[in-house]
Amino acid sequence: MANEELNSGNPKVDIEYRRRKSAEEMRYQVVSFAMMIFLTFVAFIAVGYDISGWFTIPFILVLAIIQVGFQLYYFMHMSHKGHEAPALFLYSGVFVAFITLLAFVTIIWW
Amino acid sequence: MSTYAQKKGVGAVLWDYLTTVDHKKIAILYLIAGGFFFLVGGLEAMFIRIQLAVPGNDFVSAGVYNEILTMHGTTMIFLAAMPLIFAFMNAVMPLQIGARDVAFPFLNSLGFWLFFFGGVFLNLSWFLGGAPDAGWTSYASLSLASEGHGIDFYVLGLQISGAGTLIGGINFLVTIINMRAPGMTYMRMPLFTWTTFVTSALILFAFPPLTVALFLMLFDRLFGGNFFNPDMGGNTIIWEHLFWIFGHPEVYILVLPAFGIFSEIFAIFSRKRLFGYSSMVFATVLIGFLGFMVWAHHMFTTGLGPIANAIFSVATMAIAVPTGIKIFNWLFTMWGGSIKFTTPMLYAIAFIPTFTMGGVTGVMLASAAQDYQFHDSYFVVAHFHYVIVGGVVFALLGGLHLYWPKMFGTMLNEALGKITFWLFLIGFHLTFFIQHFLGLMGMPRRIFTFNSGQGFDMANMVSTVGAFFMAVATIVLLINIVMTIAKNEKVGGDPWGDGRTLEWALPSPPPFYNFKQLPLVRGLDAFWIEKMEGNKEMTPAEPIGDIHMPNNSFVPFVISLGLFIAAFGAMYHNEHSWGIPVLIIGMLVVFGSMFFRSVKDDHGYHIHKEELMDDDKGGKA
Repeated sequence: MANEELNSGNPKVDIEYRRRKSAEEMRYQVVSFAMMIFLTFVAFIAVGYDISGWFTIPFILVLAIIQVGFQLYYFMHMSHKGHEAPALFLYSGVFVAFITLLAFVTIIWW
Repeated sequence: MSTYAQKKGVGAVLWDYLTTVDHKKIAILYLIAGGFFFLVGGLEAMFIRIQLAVPGNDFVSAGVYNEILTMHGTTMIFLAAMPLIFAFMNAVMPLQIGARDVAFPFLNSLGFWLFFFGGVFLNLSWFLGGAPDAGWTSYASLSLASEGHGIDFYVLGLQISGAGTLIGGINFLVTIINMRAPGMTYMRMPLFTWTTFVTSALILFAFPPLTVALFLMLFDRLFGGNFFNPDMGGNTIIWEHLFWIFGHPEVYILVLPAFGIFSEIFAIFSRKRLFGYSSMVFATVLIGFLGFMVWAHHMFTTGLGPIANAIFSVATMAIAVPTGIKIFNWLFTMWGGSIKFTTPMLYAIAFIPTFTMGGVTGVMLASAAQDYQFHDSYFVVAHFHYVIVGGVVFALLGGLHLYWPKMFGTMLNEALGKITFWLFLIGFHLTFFIQHFLGLMGMPRRIFTFNSGQGFDMANMVSTVGAFFMAVATIVLLINIVMTIAKNEKVGGDPWGDGRTLEWALPSPPPFYNFKQLPLVRGLDAFWIEKMEGNKEMTPAEPIGDIHMPNNSFVPFVISLGLFIAAFGAMYHNEHSWGIPVLIIGMLVVFGSMFFRSVKDDHGYHIHKEELMDDDKGGKA
């Protein structure tokens, strides 16, 4: 299978290599976790301070998109090999949903 | 399991089909159920044409006409065309990619039974106080005003059968991604498999909007919601958008597999490799992609404004490009080929001009300014019957003749097949060609009668005569099927003699495990390559070993039955006190059987190597 985890317990894979990979993976996870908490703080600050909605709303939307990226690529391992087909279908779904929302907000509601 | 070759009683066969998880048997179930609903929808079509044959006719009343018209459209799209397409996908696609079954055999069975119970539920409306009467699009402002339970049957029935379709689509996607035989790369997949793949992706993205729309409608009609009620702050246009976000991809869901079947037919009976294979794949994907950006062309006259109309108009016209690529590729496949005019090939050849005519009127309708003239007239009726009958129904009939031997091991009679074809072709053009002009002369769609003296009389009569030709063609087809089953003359694995893809390398019908050894695929048209090198069968890619098979299960039937019961409860809960208990009992059946399925380990069984070897000695399996 193409999408096996790197630390799959396959005895043929060198234990040192696997340990190093796992450590690297762990570091990414911790870093992205810290980043996500930081971004959440920034979002709260942006809302808490009385800045114009024209700045706050797009700003926190961008932060939200970045967080989704972290979630998918570092926590859910989409950065690994063998996730091309799920990624394709995920982005197709996002595309269809986006077109639908775009149509709703532009030609139905406003 | 060495009992499969023995003679079985009627009860045992019935139980086998009720519990089967074998993709080939589920294909037969889809074929029978879809064929039945096709006949029901056809009967409704005949009633429509009889009513409209002469001006001022009173064959049916206005109210009943609305019901017949609605049920004709709904039945033909959801209960005839979709399941018949699924029948061929199930029967052929796993064989084409060299798989032993689909990825989730249990879900495959569940998908069928959900469709079946949804369809039965919808059609029970005829006997329980009247069918839905707001058109197959069931626009909210009309359907919310509809009295009785007709629309509730529509909403609940389609919700159940739609869930089945979604399950089927996901199943095919996973199968094609994960279960291709060694060497079967994406760009070596036969075109029918490719169109199944793209269609399944369209189902995955198009059916959720329908599910949402139907749920909103369900709440509006039965549970006091106001999503589509402008008086309470709702918006009736939302239904139209949600419906067409589903509805436009839906027509590509129907027509892409039809393109796939025709691609196979052209290559087989021109005895040539499909011309421009990679551009065909590209065009298929592009049509699927563009299909999601054009839905509002069904709503040009709703008042979207000139900018939205222009965008959707241009996007719609763009679809003519990939479709044109396909048409030319089929023509070039035939060019220089050694063509055999078999029944499937006749359907394929007739499809090209017919579908192109439908495409041309499609581009005309895509122009928003012109559409204001054509909208809601018989011109539109003529257009979509040209693409759906000329594309989908021709493919289903051609595919039926082509794949009948693979599904049942016997050949349909060619002479009767050609009679069916000619009657159907003549009848079809007689019925619908003249409707273009009826539309241009101003005859509106969906009217139950018309007055004489408007110039509509003669054309409507011609149209009705054509419909009778198609009815006779269908009867000849049924006679052909009965005769073929009665004669039961078995044929070999490659009865057309020119099979190119993997399914023709197997016996007809294939053994229940499909491939004793998975085949090694060495290029496009894998079986043809082996034939050209003088090999009688595929080169195996693995030694003979034990084959793991799933056990039959009655659970899918029970889950679907539970939803069927729950739907009655939901529908009658406002006027009968038993409604809510029945709803709860139905859902308990559903979740209980799901729970049973989850906690009971079912590991399937193995066909052992020795049994497979025995089959070799005993002749054909």
